[in-house]
Amino acid sequence: MDCKEEIDLSAPGPSVIERYFTRWYKADVKGQACEDHCILQHSNRLCVLTLAETHPILQDGRTIKNINYKISNGCSRLNNKVAGKSKRGGQFLTEFAPVCRITCTDETEYTIYSCMRGRLLEVNEDILINTSLLLKKPSTDGYIAVILPKFEESKLVGENLLSREDFEAVVSKRAADVQAQPS
Amino acid sequence: MLPLKEKDKPVVQKLLSSGCCARCVLRFCCVLVQSLYRQPGEDESEEGTRTATEQSDDPPKKRMKLDDGLKGSEASAGSGDAEAPPAPALSHCVVCLGVLQEYCSRDHARKVAEAVKTEDYHFETILLSVSLPAQLCVREHSCWLHVKKEMREKVMTRVKDDIVPLKEAFKWSVQGLIATELGESFWRESRCIEESIIFPTLSSDCLLLVPSWFRCISIGPQCSDVFLLVHNVEIVSYCPPHGFRHYPTPPGRPTSICTSQAIQCLHTSIYVAGRYNKYSRSLSQTPWIIDGRRMMESSVEELIAEPLASSFRSKGFNFSSSGREDVDVRTLGKGRPFAMEMLNPHRYRFTKMEMKKIQETINTSSDKIAVRDLQIVTRECMGHMKEGEEEKTKSYTALVWTQKPIEKDDIIFLDDIKELTLDQKTPLRVLHRRALAVRQRVIHSMNASFRDPHHFYLRLKTQAGTYIKEFVHGDFGRTKPNLCQLLKMDTDILELDVEVGNCGTSYFQKGNPGKSTGSMTRIVQLGLDFSGDFPRLDVENVIFFFSFQKTRLKQYT
Repeated sequence: MDCKEEIDLSAPGPSVIERYFTRWYKADVKGQACEDHCILQHSNRLCVLTLAETHPILQDGRTIKNINYKISNGCSRLNNKVAGKSKRGGQFLTEFAPVCRITCTDETEYTIYSCMRGRLLEVNEDILINTSLLLKKPSTDGYIAVILPKFEESKLVGENLLSREDFEAVVSKRAADVQAQPS
Repeated sequence: MLPLKEKDKPVVQKLLSSGCCARCVLRFCCVLVQSLYRQPGEDESEEGTRTATEQSDDPPKKRMKLDDGLKGSEASAGSGDAEAPPAPALSHCVVCLGVLQEYCSRDHARKVAEAVKTEDYHFETILLSVSLPAQLCVREHSCWLHVKKEMREKVMTRVKDDIVPLKEAFKWSVQGLIATELGESFWRESRCIEESIIFPTLSSDCLLLVPSWFRCISIGPQCSDVFLLVHNVEIVSYCPPHGFRHYPTPPGRPTSICTSQAIQCLHTSIYVAGRYNKYSRSLSQTPWIIDGRRMMESSVEELIAEPLASSFRSKGFNFSSSGREDVDVRTLGKGRPFAMEMLNPHRYRFTKMEMKKIQETINTSSDKIAVRDLQIVTRECMGHMKEGEEEKTKSYTALVWTQKPIEKDDIIFLDDIKELTLDQKTPLRVLHRRALAVRQRVIHSMNASFRDPHHFYLRLKTQAGTYIKEFVHGDFGRTKPNLCQLLKMDTDILELDVEVGNCGTSYFQKGNPGKSTGSMTRIVQLGLDFSGDFPRLDVENVIFFFSFQKTRLKQYT
């Protein structure tokens, strides 16, 4: 009576991200070279904001000194509270809303932007305590925030962003440019 | 003793001269003897009425009524076409517009019985219901006022509430006839026949009556017929005599009579329960439709319902179950309890063997699911089934992938973990439809069995409501602790099975398969519509209703 739907275990299957999420990228956010962000969009329209693997924070063995979700005197992303199924009360983020500022031990500071419109559901407080999470697992446990786009805009999230292929093209072009002008 | 007495005589005369039919006369005289209504009508058999008359204690009066009736039958004899809507005739009652005449005839009873037979229902008991045009209550009131006025309230010591309701009179008149017509095939099986009738549409002149209120109370024309009906009854019952002066008393002669709009048959729902196993990882429990597009070819619900619907010859179904599982999760063990409400089944009685056969049909039709303990249950059992959802402990088996190679000894420590409390943030997977919260869930025990260096099976006993997939892959660290943390490496879940029912309730095991215990009631609905051009209420004549009814109407707006 058993239904034979055996899966192939010889090779690793698709990961959680590959199974459930679409990856969108924004390269050189706000004109800052290589400051690439990645948005993971779940099939249920929810989005997870992460750093792209190419982000300067993740390069050259940098370490993080401080992560700050307080983006101005009046506004801290840590104060974000959502209630109920409809997530009432979450801060609304526009495309270039700063979400947090990350200071590395070499005193370089980077601002992480939302890259999309939507309601902030939660920020990752774990990376405040364990900053190495962000460095070791930038696209999973080291995520920055969870953002819920408006229902009618959820299909358009990718329109202002790069697909994975386009982003890889950008990255390889960047690498080619660096090689072309060795300083 | 015949209920009609000497003192009723003037009333009877009054009514007859106004154009009431014999049954309406009985109604207005508040006669509660059902057998009198069952006497064949004027246009039925002359013989029958004569017998009835001879039995009466007061022949002159009855004779008079009968004579009146006979005249009517002669008048309508020329247009005696049973199929076409009965032609208007002088004899048609001004109060019931033929409801207690044409529609109480053997011909009509035969028509109703035909409709029931055509549908080929199996049933034990029958209930007849009828909806009447709202216009009739206006006419009844008018006639009542007429009688009251003419008699100067001397004779009429009764109040209007004592008048036998038209629906009751209709039931008494026609139920026996329909039962007889159904007799050959159904009567022996029937325990009792109850009747009441519904005429779902309102007469056109009643609709005329209403628009003028709409302007005043601004409800808009979207009001349902039921609403209109309620209003007419309400307004008439609170209308003082002077308020009714614009409507003719007695009501005018109709130029046509009510027409039957529809005869509907309806069997009460039958509930079928059982347990199901799901062996497929690409089958949803219920049809999965996104933006009008089907995501999966079939569903558990449809696989079970189809053979059931064809056996019960039902007109639809409602599926419910004790919990549900993800599309890619198999349901093993004894199976998940479910119940299926079969709507308007034409057949409802199945023996134990027949139910077994249906079960086999379901099981052979697909290897994706299996059904057991299939049986007919009462409605109350549905409640017990839902209790199973609260079941404290759930058993799962997960196939886990590990990023790094493992050995048997690496996972043994999992077996020793007991009562592990998890803090689960609402998984991203369901966060779009569930509130964000951290929920504490307990894993009572785990049992790991090594498969190969990158895979092992993990059996879990957990508190209900634990998200297993998220426990295994960690959900971006949002479930803590998770299996990644316990094993200090990335882990992922490849397959999941849920075992249902091994420690569950046996809520309908003791049922009586094939025999339902609920009372099986069949309802025959008749629809009569009135669309004649007989005297109507003019719009302006009706405004008075509103002017003094303003306050009462407020409660509806």
